[in-house]
Amino acid sequence: MTLDPEAPLTPKVPLTPKERMALKRVAMPEQDATARSANFGEVNLGLTEQLAILEAERCLQCPKPYCIDGCPVRVNIPQFIRFLRDGDIKSAAQSLLSDNALPCVTGRVCPQEIQCEKVCLRAKTGQSVAIGHLERFVADWGQRHAAEIAGSPAVRTGKTVAIVGSGPAGLTAAGELAKLGHEVTVFEAFHAAGGVLIYGIPEFRLPKDIVAAEVDRLIAQGVTIEANAIIGTTYTLPELREKFDAVFIAVGAGLPVFMNVPGENLKGVYSANEYLTRVNLMGAWTEGADTPVLHGQRVVVVGGGNVAMDAVRTARRLGAASATIVYRRGREELPARAEEVHHAEQEGVEFEYLAAPTEVLGDESRWVTSVRCVRMALGEPDESGRRRPEPIEGSEFDIPCDMLVVAIGTRSNPLLTQTAPDLEVTKWGYIVTDESGMTSMPGVFAGGDIVRGAATVILAMGDGKRAAAAIDAYLRGELPALPSAEPAAVA
Amino acid sequence: MHRVLANEQLSPNVYRLVVQAPRIAEIRRPGQFVIVHLGPGAERIPLTIADVDAAAGTISLVIQGIGKSTLDLVELVPGDVIDGIAGPLGRPTELPEHGHAVCVGGGVGTAVILPIAQALHARGVAVTSIIGGRSREWVILEDELKACGEVVTCTDDGSYGRPGFVTTALADELARGGVDEVFAVGPVPMMRAVVGLTGPAEVKTTVSLNPIMVDGTGMCGGCRVTVDGIVRYACVEGPEFDGLRVDFNELADRQSTYRPFEKAALEHREACKIGLRTGAPVDAPPVGAGAGARP
Ligand SMILES: Cc1cc2nc3c(=O)[nH]c(=O)nc-3n(C[C@H](O)[C@H](O)[C@H](O)COP(=O)(O)OP(=O)(O)OC[C@H]3O[C@@H](n4cnc5c(N)ncnc54)[C@H](O)[C@@H]3O)c2cc1C
Ligand SMILES: Cc1cc2nc3c(=O)[nH]c(=O)nc-3n(C[C@H](O)[C@H](O)[C@H](O)COP(=O)(O)OP(=O)(O)OC[C@H]3O[C@@H](n4cnc5c(N)ncnc54)[C@H](O)[C@@H]3O)c2cc1C
Ligand code: SF4
Ligand code: SF4
Ligand code: FES
Repeated sequence: MTLDPEAPLTPKVPLTPKERMALKRVAMPEQDATARSANFGEVNLGLTEQLAILEAERCLQCPKPYCIDGCPVRVNIPQFIRFLRDGDIKSAAQSLLSDNALPCVTGRVCPQEIQCEKVCLRAKTGQSVAIGHLERFVADWGQRHAAEIAGSPAVRTGKTVAIVGSGPAGLTAAGELAKLGHEVTVFEAFHAAGGVLIYGIPEFRLPKDIVAAEVDRLIAQGVTIEANAIIGTTYTLPELREKFDAVFIAVGAGLPVFMNVPGENLKGVYSANEYLTRVNLMGAWTEGADTPVLHGQRVVVVGGGNVAMDAVRTARRLGAASATIVYRRGREELPARAEEVHHAEQEGVEFEYLAAPTEVLGDESRWVTSVRCVRMALGEPDESGRRRPEPIEGSEFDIPCDMLVVAIGTRSNPLLTQTAPDLEVTKWGYIVTDESGMTSMPGVFAGGDIVRGAATVILAMGDGKRAAAAIDAYLRGELPALPSAEPAAVA
Repeated sequence: MHRVLANEQLSPNVYRLVVQAPRIAEIRRPGQFVIVHLGPGAERIPLTIADVDAAAGTISLVIQGIGKSTLDLVELVPGDVIDGIAGPLGRPTELPEHGHAVCVGGGVGTAVILPIAQALHARGVAVTSIIGGRSREWVILEDELKACGEVVTCTDDGSYGRPGFVTTALADELARGGVDEVFAVGPVPMMRAVVGLTGPAEVKTTVSLNPIMVDGTGMCGGCRVTVDGIVRYACVEGPEFDGLRVDFNELADRQSTYRPFEKAALEHREACKIGLRTGAPVDAPPVGAGAGARP
C-alpha cells in the first residue's frame, strides 16, 4: 500500500495491522545540503501535519512500550503519539509537556538513535518510529499555542529557591519549582539564559528564538533571571544558601580542554567553546556583528563529538573551502549524534579518522599554518569499552590549515566550588550528590554536567526535574537533611 | 541595568564613567575587573574597576576610546544605562605588607595602577607612582595618585613634568635603591621595557595583562597567556602575573588577532556617524557629547 504524504489523512479510519506495518518511516524535510552549507537557517525543516500524522500511524501502541525505557525522562511516547494520530495535537502537547519541559529542544538534539528509537519495537524489523521528529512536531505546535495549554498559576508557597546556571538542567528545575509555587531566581554568568543551548549548539540545529521563547515562558511563570551574576565571584554559594531556602547548582562543565601540544597558542587556534560562543551567543555569524570571529578558509576541527560537528559545520557556513574533522578513532566510534555526522558528510566536511595532532605549526607572524598529526591504530579496549587508539611511530603527516578548533572535551570550572569548602567534589571537580540530587551541603542540590561530566541535554533535564521534586520535598520538610560527616558551616 | 551617573573626560581619548553597580562596589578588591556588555549585540569587554564608592553603590571605569566598543561606552551620558556588568572578576592584587613600592602606569594603564596604589597606601606601604603620556593633556589621574604618595609625571615631548618615558624615571628610581616591589601596567612594549629594568635589578614586578577576553570566567580559553612556560587563563588566574615570567611576545601577538576586524568596525562606525549627522536635525548634539550617537 502506498500513502501520498500530501493527501489529507482520515484518522477516523483505522489502518489494519498489515497496512500499518507497511508504512515506511517518513523522511524529515531538510534544506538542500549545498544551499545550507552557506547559511545558518535550520537544517531540518520539520514535519508537516500530514507527515506527522502518517508517522504517528506507524506506532504500534505497544502494550509494553520499550521506547519509554529508552528515554532518560520516561516520556510517555505511545500516549502523545496516539493523541497526535487521532488529530488531537493539543492533548499530545499537554501529555508531552507533562513529562518533558523542553521538548522543542530534545526533539531536535536528543541522540534518539541510542535512546528511545533504539529500543522501539519497530526497529527490530526495520526502521523505528521517528519519535524525535514527532516530538519536535508536537512541541513546536505547543510553543506556538503556549497560551492555550498553559496551566493555572500555582499557589505561592513563600519559599525561595536559587538556581545557579540557566542551561537545560537549571531551566527545567526552574519551571518545575515555579509550577509548585516556589519563588525561583536563576543566576546566570552570561548576559543571556540558555547555557549550551544558546552559546554552544548553533542556530542551524537549534534556533535561538526557540530557546528564548522557553525562557520567556519561565519569566511569565514568575521566574526571575538574574543575568551577569557569577556565583563564586558576584555571590558565593554560602551567601546564596543563607539568602534562599534551597539552592540548585546547574553550572555545566564549561572549562575547555586543550591538547597540550606545542603551538596551541598560535593565532587561529580556538577552543570550541570560544569559537562557538563568538558565533552563537555573540552573534558573530551575522553581518556587521560587534564581536569578531575568524573566517578560516581551511579549517581543521579536532574531536568527534557533537561539539566538533557543530564547530566544523559552522566553519563551512562561514566560508571555509575545506573543513576537516581529525578524530583519533574510526567512524564507528564517533560519539556525535548519527544525524549530525550524516549532515556533516552531506555538507562536504572531510573526515580524517585514526589521526591525532602532535603539534600545531605556524608562520613567522605566528598564525597557524598546519597541524601535524600522527596515525593511530586501535588497540585493546579501555575502561570505556572502546578500543584504545595508539600512535603508530613515524607516521606523522601535516594537514595545512589557517584555523584550528580544539573540541576534545570540557571539564568542571572551579569558580563556584572553590568558594564553597563544604561542598564535596570528586577529584575531577564534579559535585557529589545522593540519589535525590542533594550535595554534601544540606539544602543545596546539583545536577546536569557539573555532576555527570559532559553528558546530554535530556540527562541534564532529567536531573533538573528530579532535583525539583527533591527540593519541593525538602522545603515541605519531607526530605531529611543528609547527615554530613562534618557539621556544615552554614546552616 | 546599570545607570551611568557621570562621564568626565580625562584626556583626549580617556573618560571616567561613574556607574551604578552596588554589589560590585561592595565586594570588589584592588586588581579586579568587570566585563561590560552595553546592550543587545554589543561586545563583552573587560575593564578594570578603577575606583568605587561603596556607600553610593557606584564604580568608576576609566576607559580609553580606541575601538568600536570603547567608543560606544565613552559616549554615554548621565542617565544612559549599560545592560550588563559582570564581576568582580580576576584575582585581587597580592599586596605587600610594608616597604616601598613603585607603581608605573602607561596611558590608560594608569587607571589599573590607581586602585593598587590606593590599597598599598591604605596599608602603609610607601608608594611612588610614575605615570606618563605623550604630552601634558594625555596625563591622567595625577591628583588621585598624589593622594597615595609621591608622583613622578613624564611626558614624551617634555611639555609637563619630566621629559622622556616612564621607564627612564623608573631606572633612576631603581638606581636610587630601596625599591621593594614594582607594579607596572600599560601597553605591552612598556611592560616589557619595565621588566627589562627590574629583571636585572632583581626587583619583584607585578604586571596586569590585557589579552582578548570573551566571558571572563574561564570557559573560553581566549585569554590564555604563557607565564613561566605554563598556559594560564588571565581572567581567572590573573590578570596580574609575575612580570619577569610573562611571554610578552606571545601576548602582543595574540592581541593582534582581530586587527583587520577592529579597523573595519571602526571605519563602519565612523561611516554610520557621518550618515547620522547629515541626516540629523540641525540641533543634533555634537558627536562625542553622546546622546543617541550609538548606531
Ligand atoms: C556545542 C555542543 C553541542 C552539543 N550537542 C548536544 C546534542 O546534540 N545533544 C545533546 O543531548 N547534548 C548536546 N550537548 C551536551 C549538552 O548541551 C549538555 O550536556 C547540557 O547542556 C548540560 O546542561 P547543564 O544544564 O548541566 O549545563 P549547561 O548547558 O552547560 O549550562 C550551564 C550554565 O551555567 C552557567 N554558569 C556556569 N558557571 C556559573 C556560575 N559560577 N555562576 C552562574 N552561572 C554559571 C553557564 O554560563 C551556563 O549558562 C552539546 C554540548 C555542546 C557544548
Ligand atoms: C583585565 C583587563 C582590564 C582592562 N582594563 C581596561 C581599562 O580599565 N580601561 C581601558 O580603557 N581598557 C581596559 N582594557 C582593554 C579593553 O578591554 C580593550 O581596549 C577593549 O576591549 C577594546 O575594545 P574596542 O572594541 O573598543 O577596541 P578594538 O578595536 O576591538 O580593539 C582595540 C584593542 O583592544 C584589544 N581588545 C579587543 N577586544 C578585546 C577584548 N574583548 N578583551 C580584551 N582586549 C580586547 C585588541 O587586542 C586591540 O589591541 C582591559 C583589558 C583587560 C583584559
Ligand atoms: S526526550 Fe529524547 S529520548 Fe526521550 S522521547 Fe524525547 S527524543 Fe526520545
Ligand atoms: S516501542 Fe515504538 S512502536 Fe512501540 S509504542 Fe514505542 S514508539 Fe510505538
Ligand atoms: S576570557 Fe574566556 S577563559 Fe578567560
